[in-house]
Amino acid sequence: MREYAEFTLSESDDGGVPTLALKGALRVFSLGDLDARLAALDGNFACIDLSGVDDIDTTGAWLVANYAREHGLSITGESEQAHRLLAAIGSVGEHPAEPLPGPSLLPRTLADIGDVVIGWGHGFVRSIAFLGELIAALGTTLRHPSRLRGTALVHHMQYVGINSLWIIGLMSFLIGIVIAQQGAVQLEQFGAEIYTINLTGRLSMRELGILMTSIMVAGRSGSAFAAQIGTMKLTEEVDAMRTSGVSPMEALVVPRVLASMIMMPLLGFYSAVLSIIGGAFISNFALDIPFWTFLQRMQEVVPITDVWVGLSKAPVFGLIVALAGCYQGMQVSGSAEEVGTRTTQAVVTAIFTVIVLDAFFAIFFTEIGWK
Amino acid sequence: MTDLSDDYRGEYPIVVEGLRNAFGEHVVHEDLSLKVRKGEVLGVVGGSGTGKSVLMRSIIGLQPPAAGSVEVLGHDMMADHDGDDIDIRSRWGVLFQGGALFSTLTVEENVEVPLKQFYPELSDRLRSEIARFKVRLSGLPEEAAFKYPSELSGGMKKRAGLARALALDPELLFLDEPTAGLDPIGAAAFDNLTRELKETLGLTVFLITHDLDTLYAVCDRVAVLADRQVIAVGTIPELLALDHPWIQEYFNGPRGRAALAAKGDPEVETAMDSAGNTGA
Repeated sequence: MREYAEFTLSESDDGGVPTLALKGALRVFSLGDLDARLAALDGNFACIDLSGVDDIDTTGAWLVANYAREHGLSITGESEQAHRLLAAIGSVGEHPAEPLPGPSLLPRTLADIGDVVIGWGHGFVRSIAFLGELIAALGTTLRHPSRLRGTALVHHMQYVGINSLWIIGLMSFLIGIVIAQQGAVQLEQFGAEIYTINLTGRLSMRELGILMTSIMVAGRSGSAFAAQIGTMKLTEEVDAMRTSGVSPMEALVVPRVLASMIMMPLLGFYSAVLSIIGGAFISNFALDIPFWTFLQRMQEVVPITDVWVGLSKAPVFGLIVALAGCYQGMQVSGSAEEVGTRTTQAVVTAIFTVIVLDAFFAIFFTEIGWK
Repeated sequence: MTDLSDDYRGEYPIVVEGLRNAFGEHVVHEDLSLKVRKGEVLGVVGGSGTGKSVLMRSIIGLQPPAAGSVEVLGHDMMADHDGDDIDIRSRWGVLFQGGALFSTLTVEENVEVPLKQFYPELSDRLRSEIARFKVRLSGLPEEAAFKYPSELSGGMKKRAGLARALALDPELLFLDEPTAGLDPIGAAAFDNLTRELKETLGLTVFLITHDLDTLYAVCDRVAVLADRQVIAVGTIPELLALDHPWIQEYFNGPRGRAALAAKGDPEVETAMDSAGNTGA
């Protein structure tokens, strides 16, 4: 049990104002609510007597000095230690600054909204500038192919592509099962279960394969790009690159962007194939369409244009995902917290942009007659 | 360990005996012993990679040693005190090399962290006032209390880290290279601050440094780490009398001489000259 500091009020001999006598240890662990109890007094004392104080630290001394200053009291009976501490506190100065009062709610809200809008504007301009820088760097790489970082490119291709085969394959297989099974339940009502094959095949090849892959790659690799580059910014690695004549754009961004642009069509196609297999698998059991018949029929009902639609979107989505990751990573400055927020933003903007672009693509391809 | 002046009869807040630290095959410390006296500033020097920071981490319980005993303020750090451990940690303050401030909190909130942790009964107002007082005590301008660590310079981060280390009025202060990366003026000011704090607050300071000026300006005694052990502890003149090649090179090198000239301590100068003569 801790002993808390106490105080007593002693009447002086001539019956005048009392003396405030503090007792016990005036240490940070024994103060308790002493400040509140002192503040409750009227402060009309002759002086503060510290002779009963057996131990004191800066916190206790600060409390006493502050109280004495506020009420214009003198301090007596202090030990040598207390005297030294009180002197030290006096020399540190006694003008506690208060944080400036902030504006009230309405102006603050308006200012915040303004900041967000301006932030969007700047972000938009900066990301366009980043895209321009990237295109310039890609141009340089085209003119001087020897400057392409081959090892880095292959490393990122492995990271984006090979290492995600498992998870994307499993996801696509399960999605194929869901589409075929749910589609069959609805189509059965018209006696048209056979169209489950059209539904699964066309949806996977044209839309879902590449869309789901992009979302998975954004979550898996786009976030990793942002965090890697962001941390390198914090540790000044990016600055070190610049000063040694290495362009971070060429060394960090180009390999990542190229890797995901190359791997995305492959992954998208792989994903579509796997979801068709998933559909065929469930049809075999639930719809009495044999596995091989399902696949054979697939060739007849899915036009080749569907494959081209899917594959032509893939590099664009790959570019968006890698660009969002690298751009947000390069925007990191300051603290570790920002790496986190920038990574989140990279994933959110990548997925959002991919979905918006996908809608445009859908209308575009329908308009040009690839229905 | 050679304790060069063995007439001390007071308390030892830190006692390390037979310490062994190893990372895999790499042995950092072997049978290391060290005693820190109450109220002194002990400088710990040694070449890079001799395990100065590892020694500090062992003492404060961040790096469990492979063997040996560590006693801090009478507590056996090896034993598992579930409840007590908290108490011992409220009696020391640690300044890490980079400041190690919590990046999502302002300086004031950083200083309040240990206060809140150990003494939740303090009122918010008093806690904030104490925190701001500690910020000023460590030589920062008052406005710095409301800034985030990312807005501070390297030297200000160290001072803010010191303010947090002093939050609980510790008896023991661990400083890991407090002046590294500071400009000479800032480093000298930090040295003065350490000295002043030690004198007014009666602290015992465990100070790891590479800075020779700091050694001359602040340290009462110096412990030299080499060959996986503390090879000697003593005042600088006492160390100079030793015939150890690393110690001689350290203090008699161009930087050592320059630091001494700046300090101008006749006692040390004599010791250094005689050591140099015998060496030649």
